[in-house]
Amino acid sequence: MQTPGDTAISRRGILAGSAAAAALTTVPLAGADAQGAAPAVAQPTTMKVSLKINGTNRTLDVDTRTTLLDALRENLHLTGTKKGCDHGQCGACTVIVEGKRINSCLSLAVMHEGDAITTIEGLGTPDKLHPMQAAFVKHDGYQCGYCTPGQICSAVAVLGEIKAGVPSHVSASLTGGFEASTAEIRERMSGNICRCGAYSNIVDAMTDVAGAKA
Amino acid sequence: MKPFTYERAKTPADAAKAVAARPGSKFIAGGTNLLDLMKLEIEAPAHLVDVQDLKLDRIEPTQDGGLRVGAFVTNTTLAADERVRRDYGVLSRAIVAGASGQLRNKATTAGNLLQRTRCPYFYDTNQACNKRKPGSGCAAIGGYSRQLGIVGTSDACIATYPGDMAVAMRVLDASIETIDPRGQTRTIPMADFHRLWGTTPHIETALTPGELITAVTLPKPIGGTHIYHKVRDRASYAYALVSVAAVIQRDGSGRVAIGGIAPKPWRMETAEAQLPRGAKAVSATLLADAKPTHDNAFKLPLVERTLAAVMAEAHTVKGA
Repeated sequence: MQTPGDTAISRRGILAGSAAAAALTTVPLAGADAQGAAPAVAQPTTMKVSLKINGTNRTLDVDTRTTLLDALRENLHLTGTKKGCDHGQCGACTVIVEGKRINSCLSLAVMHEGDAITTIEGLGTPDKLHPMQAAFVKHDGYQCGYCTPGQICSAVAVLGEIKAGVPSHVSASLTGGFEASTAEIRERMSGNICRCGAYSNIVDAMTDVAGAKA
Repeated sequence: MKPFTYERAKTPADAAKAVAARPGSKFIAGGTNLLDLMKLEIEAPAHLVDVQDLKLDRIEPTQDGGLRVGAFVTNTTLAADERVRRDYGVLSRAIVAGASGQLRNKATTAGNLLQRTRCPYFYDTNQACNKRKPGSGCAAIGGYSRQLGIVGTSDACIATYPGDMAVAMRVLDASIETIDPRGQTRTIPMADFHRLWGTTPHIETALTPGELITAVTLPKPIGGTHIYHKVRDRASYAYALVSVAAVIQRDGSGRVAIGGIAPKPWRMETAEAQLPRGAKAVSATLLADAKPTHDNAFKLPLVERTLAAVMAEAHTVKGA
């Protein structure tokens, strides 16, 4: 599989370089007045954590503050998972942990000792796409592509949740089975924002995959 | 984010002890609200005690026919539980009306009860906020208050408790089980769990320092038609302007609690006695002491109309 950033000067390299330079020249903002803050200034702490990423065991030394998202991107260089809002509002960072989709930006890496994590890199490869990836290509379920890895991880997990009997806000009955209808897909995908507005094509892609499974 | 140390406790008693032992410690469960606030440095714990290994992730029947929901049970697991969907529909409905699928997969039962307000002045660290910095004042009073509280608020704070799940738990008369750092356990009725702000809006619940929620107990099912009706600015993934949790019986009696308007799920047994007289009477009792702002006075008629919609829906279901 091709590794992102293989070219001599990649866009990522330039961006990372400018960010580092900016960080060096930025004076840290004064801390907010926080209730319950420690009396003494705490020092950064690192801890060891082992994660099973896309089937491979990886052990990392991370600052306790490192989110799962930053561990994936910055420590493991799995940059398929995107940072959008970093506050759980946009869904760009969605990954599948122990079979469940979560916002990797709102979880600490150290909270995931031993967990099996599937990122977009683990769903499929350019040569062998996951059916959901293939359906997104077929139905043009993106424009700029930034939200797409999160959309696809979420989409795969949504079809699993429907099958597993997880109800949604638009389910007519709580006790019957749940179907991958357009209304259900739209509601269940509401935690993934697409500013290009590819929503209708994303619904088509998911409907296609859901139908193929039935 | 401020630096912190981290540990995983092995038992509920050890977790409570660990938090009490070090100043500035906090429990972390799902982390979906706490980490958001830590990134903004609204919360800055020096030490985190992770409660994921405490085996509080089960839903078990109680001796009197109810359910005991472990504190660490996720929102998705609780909403999808077959017994909850069958016997406590209002709870399933309330949970899936909140947040997103990703957040519900991580957010826990106890954490949801403890989620902090979404008042924009609480979130903006440049603004005065008695909840974030006691004694600093309240920039929301006289500010932009469309989302904020209309009843049970005070001169110190007009924020709301933002959650949905707790509104259903209040209507079901759930109770909260805890353990404190000395190993003492107690049960707190939902009615007494969230506090009115008064002069100390930074104290939000009845929990004492280091006290850990271990479970939420649902009494045995009461039947009836279960409805959760949430009114919000978007069709999905938005906080309530007003929400109504209701269990309505065949004879028209029932229970109702309102979300999105107060520091806690807003329920009054005296108001429920008015149910046979209609939404206007119920709403008038619930909101008799309301002090809305210019921006959020619309919530008064919205409560009445949402109640009316819920009662009409209950009538339709009953008649079916």
